[in-house]
Amino acid sequence: MTLDELKPGNSGIIKKLSIRDKLGQRLMDMGIYPGLTLNVVRNAPLEDPMEVEIDGYLISLRHDEARFIEVESR
Amino acid sequence: MSNRLLIALAGQPNCGKSTVFNALTGARQHVANYPGVTVDKMSGYYKHGDTRVDVVDLPGTYSLTFYSPEERVSRDFILNDRPDVVVNVMDASNIKRCLYLTFQVMEMENPMVLDLNMMDVANNRGVTINIEALTQILGVPVVATSMKQGRGKQALLDAIAETGRKKSAEALFNVDYGPMEAGISNICEMIRQDPGDLGAYPARWLAIKLMEGDEEIRKLIREKGARSRRILNHVQDLRNQFEVDHDQDTALAVAQARYSAADKVTAGCVTLPAERKKPMSDRIDAVVCHKYMGPMVLLAVIWLLYYLSIVQGYNLTNYTWPLLAKLRGSVAAIVPDPGFIDVPLISAFALWLIDSVNALLNYIPIFFILFGLIAIMEDSGYMPRMAFIMDRLFSRYGLHGQSTLPMVLGGIYVGGCAVPGVMSCKGIPDERSRLTTILIIPMLNCLAKVPLYVLLINIYFAAHKGLAMFFISTISFLMVLPVSKFLTTTVLKDKPTSPFVMEMPPYHLPTIRGVVGRAIERVWMFIKKITSIVVALAVVIFILLQFPGISPQRKTDFQAQRDQAITKFRSSIAQTPYAETLAGDKLMEMVLYWKSYKDKKMLTRGAEANAALNDELKKINPQFFVIARPGKDKVARKVNRSFKKLFKTRKGLLREMRKERINESFLGKMGRALEPATQFAGFNWRVNVALLSAFAAKESAVATLGALYEQDDAGGDGSLESRMAKSEDGFTPLHALALMMFMVLYPPCLATSIAVKLQSGSVKWMLFGMFYPMVLGISVATFIFTGGTLLGLSGLQAMGVFYAIALCTTIATGFIKTKPEFEDARQAIA
Ligand SMILES: Nc1nc2c(ncn2[C@@H]2O[C@H](COP(=O)(O)OP(=O)(O)O)[C@@H](O)[C@H]2O)c(=O)[nH]1
Ligand SMILES: [Mg+2]
Repeated sequence: MTLDELKPGNSGIIKKLSIRDKLGQRLMDMGIYPGLTLNVVRNAPLEDPMEVEIDGYLISLRHDEARFIEVESR
Repeated sequence: MSNRLLIALAGQPNCGKSTVFNALTGARQHVANYPGVTVDKMSGYYKHGDTRVDVVDLPGTYSLTFYSPEERVSRDFILNDRPDVVVNVMDASNIKRCLYLTFQVMEMENPMVLDLNMMDVANNRGVTINIEALTQILGVPVVATSMKQGRGKQALLDAIAETGRKKSAEALFNVDYGPMEAGISNICEMIRQDPGDLGAYPARWLAIKLMEGDEEIRKLIREKGARSRRILNHVQDLRNQFEVDHDQDTALAVAQARYSAADKVTAGCVTLPAERKKPMSDRIDAVVCHKYMGPMVLLAVIWLLYYLSIVQGYNLTNYTWPLLAKLRGSVAAIVPDPGFIDVPLISAFALWLIDSVNALLNYIPIFFILFGLIAIMEDSGYMPRMAFIMDRLFSRYGLHGQSTLPMVLGGIYVGGCAVPGVMSCKGIPDERSRLTTILIIPMLNCLAKVPLYVLLINIYFAAHKGLAMFFISTISFLMVLPVSKFLTTTVLKDKPTSPFVMEMPPYHLPTIRGVVGRAIERVWMFIKKITSIVVALAVVIFILLQFPGISPQRKTDFQAQRDQAITKFRSSIAQTPYAETLAGDKLMEMVLYWKSYKDKKMLTRGAEANAALNDELKKINPQFFVIARPGKDKVARKVNRSFKKLFKTRKGLLREMRKERINESFLGKMGRALEPATQFAGFNWRVNVALLSAFAAKESAVATLGALYEQDDAGGDGSLESRMAKSEDGFTPLHALALMMFMVLYPPCLATSIAVKLQSGSVKWMLFGMFYPMVLGISVATFIFTGGTLLGLSGLQAMGVFYAIALCTTIATGFIKTKPEFEDARQAIA
């Protein structure tokens, strides 16, 4: 499944980023890369963007961007 | 000074880089721009022994790719300016992630010092760091600091000096890029064999960047390299092969290799606490980003921002305005005194100039509070939360979560200012949204538009003031959203966008020094950048309003009227002892005396101050004082009455002449020339002139209307409302509505236009930003006026209909789907 399908309170292991160039690079630069476990903290009041916790950091991203991150739900 | 060193501070956002910069340089800082981009270049200096050390604070970035201007600027600076030392500021409580950037800086083979800042935070969290071991592994000097408390500063200064003396990079640590290493050495070899003009660049760095697919470096190779075609083809083959073999993009593989290396390095010298406490930030976010409480907190913050800056700041201007008035007074004292009806051009000009500047300087208390509050929001970490909450709404219209602050400053509801609004667009990372935000901010309700609204509403919507005020306060927002959507899908369609992905940093308590310092710095920048240009354009508008001036024949007419009035006055007081007091030139002296008395009186409050003023004036000229304040003396009272009448006649004449001068001026001619085009919007030439003059500053619209509707014997209560209502018989509420809507969409004022130029980085966008609101404004006004007239709608009905249309358009455009971003960069999933 992809990250945008993960509901708040759930966590998953990042399997793959199926995106390159600007967005792919940005995700990597922000510390989102395969092998890490992330945890969906909450959605914004209007449902989008979402906030995830990864390795002790809080990162917010839009669902449109999260759909390129493949995760395995735990 | 014998020795000089140039150092650069690099680091990820929120690691305390600015704090280190301030600690090093103190107040000796200044801001400039990097050439060609709108990124601020902060620099400063300090002295260490007999060495002058220049410090450049590079923008805080997570990485050093070519995708964002900040990252490009940082790496170009290291590469081209070759600082003697790059100080990499790191957050000691998060070394692992900071190393990701550190490795990239190290690859540029510049002498380096690592500053492990925030040691206090690391210690509190129970993170222990073996600094000795870290220095060993990385091969660069490492200094621990807690710069907020000023701890470790001396050690840092010494390490910088020491490294600066050696002038050689000895970064021993290399990231292991695994399966890409062979290819990287290969490319390195090719570049080293035949470097062309690339000799000065670190070859391994170039090779790694080429493997990442960095466009800028490919360009560099093409421009400066020898046999570049061969190198680039080879790189392409290597990348393709890697992708086939590993099912992964090389750029991502490079990044991942850096994280693995960071893991390895920290494994040897950093011990994390066994269990992480739930940080305070999480608990704050549970409220601040909460589904229902979040928006309420946001509203409260916005309200507080308005209240403190606009309301309280405005109250503060009551204290600062007299200072500016004094400044004006001293200018008025220097320039030649006005005659009975002819004001010397030089005096008129000087006063016009000082008025234009004062109008702007008057906002300083507001700006100071505003900038201080923004600094608090930036330092505390609330800003990204604001973007998080608002992004969904704004992104539907092509704006960005981070457009929130600029829009709040610009005046989403009543009262804001486009200048700080546009200036604060800097932080929006997405270029398309940033430009859109810059272009729409001037449409919001800036404070200066309000007087015209109030004037028109008082005359034409007097029975429905509340409703009309609500309409005008909210309509701008309903115009802004569809226009944003329109701009992003047409004119700005091809502008690059950026991902939203954003860190929500931990909350911090802002420091007073940081906040006040930034507020002062930004106010100063505002004064410096805006004032000079406002002065220049004020000159132009002055000329347009003053020339060609009143015809000689009319001038003679006015002079005859003057002589007649004076003769009449003289004969009325001929029998009194005061005829002697006011003989000859003394009459004009008395006129000025009376005027200064009235001006001063306007500024004095309270019985005591009044008495003091009276004493002062009595001292200046006791005889004039008797005429000014006749008391119970019958004769003096009669003279006083006659004099006041004369004074009023003079005022009337001056007004009449001013009106005629505007009529005859270039601006007046422009207003008339535009009338055929603007008549469908319901604007006559007077309104055109007022609107044209509003370009200097929106407040001028009302002032100019005031001048145009001035009458000798103002009937009614003499207010501008009654004068305008009287002399514009044909003017209906529908006219007023069209005019108000034009004002909503009115092109940005001078100061804002300059800000637009600064923030968009081009004159082209400034001109566009001035042009499109004009077209849009006149279209909307024409639509309302002509449409309303044809349908026979009253002003209020037209208002309702227009509001409904705007609301529907806004909702409808919000649902228009745009092509999903980034889809063409999707990597096939195996
Ligand atoms: N506890 C602690 N806080 C710090 C230290 N250095 C900076 N800060 C705080 O961290 C926040 C971000 O600092 P700033 O210098 O703006 O970071 P920048 O984004 O890297 O420029 C501010 O609130 C600082 O007061 C430090 O050594 N210890
Ligand atoms: Mg900073």
